[in-house]
Amino acid sequence: MSSEQEQESIRCLVAKVGLDGHDRGAHVIARAFRDAGFEVIYSGLHKAPEEIVQAAVQEDVDVLGISILSGAHDTLVPKIMSGLEEYDAKDDTLVLVGGVIPEEDRPELEAEGVSAIFGPGTSIEETIEFVRENAPDR
Amino acid sequence: MNADDETLLAELLEGKHRALARTISKIENRAPGYRELISKLYAHTGEAEVIGITGSPGAGKSTLVDKLAETYRERGETVGVIAIDPSSPFTGGAVLGDRIRMASTVGDMDVFVRSMSARGTLGGLSTATADAVKAMDAFGKDKIIIETVGAGQNEIDIVRTADTVAVLVPPGSGDDVQTLKAGILEIADVFVVNKADRPGTDRTVQELREMIELGSGSGLSGSGHHGADAGGDVGGSAVATQDDPEERATWTTPIVETVATDGTGVDDFIDELVAHREYLVDSGAHAEKARQRSAEEIRTLLREDVHAMLEDELERAGGIDDLAAAVAAGETDPYTVADEVLSPVEDCLAELETRNP
Repeated sequence: MSSEQEQESIRCLVAKVGLDGHDRGAHVIARAFRDAGFEVIYSGLHKAPEEIVQAAVQEDVDVLGISILSGAHDTLVPKIMSGLEEYDAKDDTLVLVGGVIPEEDRPELEAEGVSAIFGPGTSIEETIEFVRENAPDR
Repeated sequence: MNADDETLLAELLEGKHRALARTISKIENRAPGYRELISKLYAHTGEAEVIGITGSPGAGKSTLVDKLAETYRERGETVGVIAIDPSSPFTGGAVLGDRIRMASTVGDMDVFVRSMSARGTLGGLSTATADAVKAMDAFGKDKIIIETVGAGQNEIDIVRTADTVAVLVPPGSGDDVQTLKAGILEIADVFVVNKADRPGTDRTVQELREMIELGSGSGLSGSGHHGADAGGDVGGSAVATQDDPEERATWTTPIVETVATDGTGVDDFIDELVAHREYLVDSGAHAEKARQRSAEEIRTLLREDVHAMLEDELERAGGIDDLAAAVAAGETDPYTVADEVLSPVEDCLAELETRNP
């Protein structure tokens, strides 16, 4: 029926993984995404990769933003990516990583399937714009 | 139904988590074809027990839901949770935070937690919630818990999707209890005084008890009154066993004290939920509720469809902005405009009636 109104909204999971207690950045992003009109689910601190995968699958998010400031990205991110794959969720979830990621680690994360990495100094507008343009069309 | 939806339906019925998640997204998005999908789901529903939990912000709903889900899982039952949060009326954005407090069952995929938020249309969320419940039911969840802030009519409509509604009241909320009287007293099947280790618990329980007695005495309580053999004494129900046979098939809202953070009283709470379920089935109220809910669903769908048709009609009549400007300029008034927009529809219907008398 032509008059059926579609009411799509971009759904994001903002996730903190591992032993990393710094969540100010994640809070700022969550708030900015909310103000941009997205539906944001915040994971809370100290989550295991499996918990992030569970939340991303069940909530059927378009975007998964992982915030890592602990330096453990090269162990945690691959675990999340393979978890997403297990539930058929890897291909149509836009995965972003934010935090302190050394330049030499980036190609590996990108090879894992991370779409973009936002380091310190990235403007919020830039991140939101990226999400709007790249959120998967389902 | 197209091939993709066929696959989705098959996968959902097989128990694939991703398919359930995607189906709920389709429901939320009102994506093309979602109606056919839900109508196909209907044949597979009716098994799950649906519990609604509501209460003011900070009353401890999410924590209690977490403990409830944990206990059900220990008993070997699968659980679906729909957590509803408000969205910004300005941007439509929302922060859905209830997952954070659901830590006991994390890593257990048989607890399916889904956060939802209002998206625009009036009453749309209660339809979407009801449909999401259908999806979880068809998926095979044994218990489905709907959690929402009990703030207004919209939330009350949502929680009515449930068979049993629990209202959380934190201790020391004397004034809140007063305001609860109007809306929320009537919808409560079970009262839960959570954070019962805090001062003021006894007083809050006492106030609720008085309220329940008043309600049952004057017949104002909409959800029924006395529960004779309903096991209501677990939560310290004030109006305990009555032997009057006419009163037997009714329900007294019990009051349960819980401390959700450490799980105290959760078993009592579950006992009351079971008792209410038995009451619903024994008294026939369950079937009656299901009928009412179907009637309401039909009405809502029709209202949405007619509303959508009228939106189109409104466009043809010059768009709402122009019409509003005309009213602002004093050229016309909203009543005249409404009559004018509706008149072609009325003509159409009248013509149909004359053709098929």
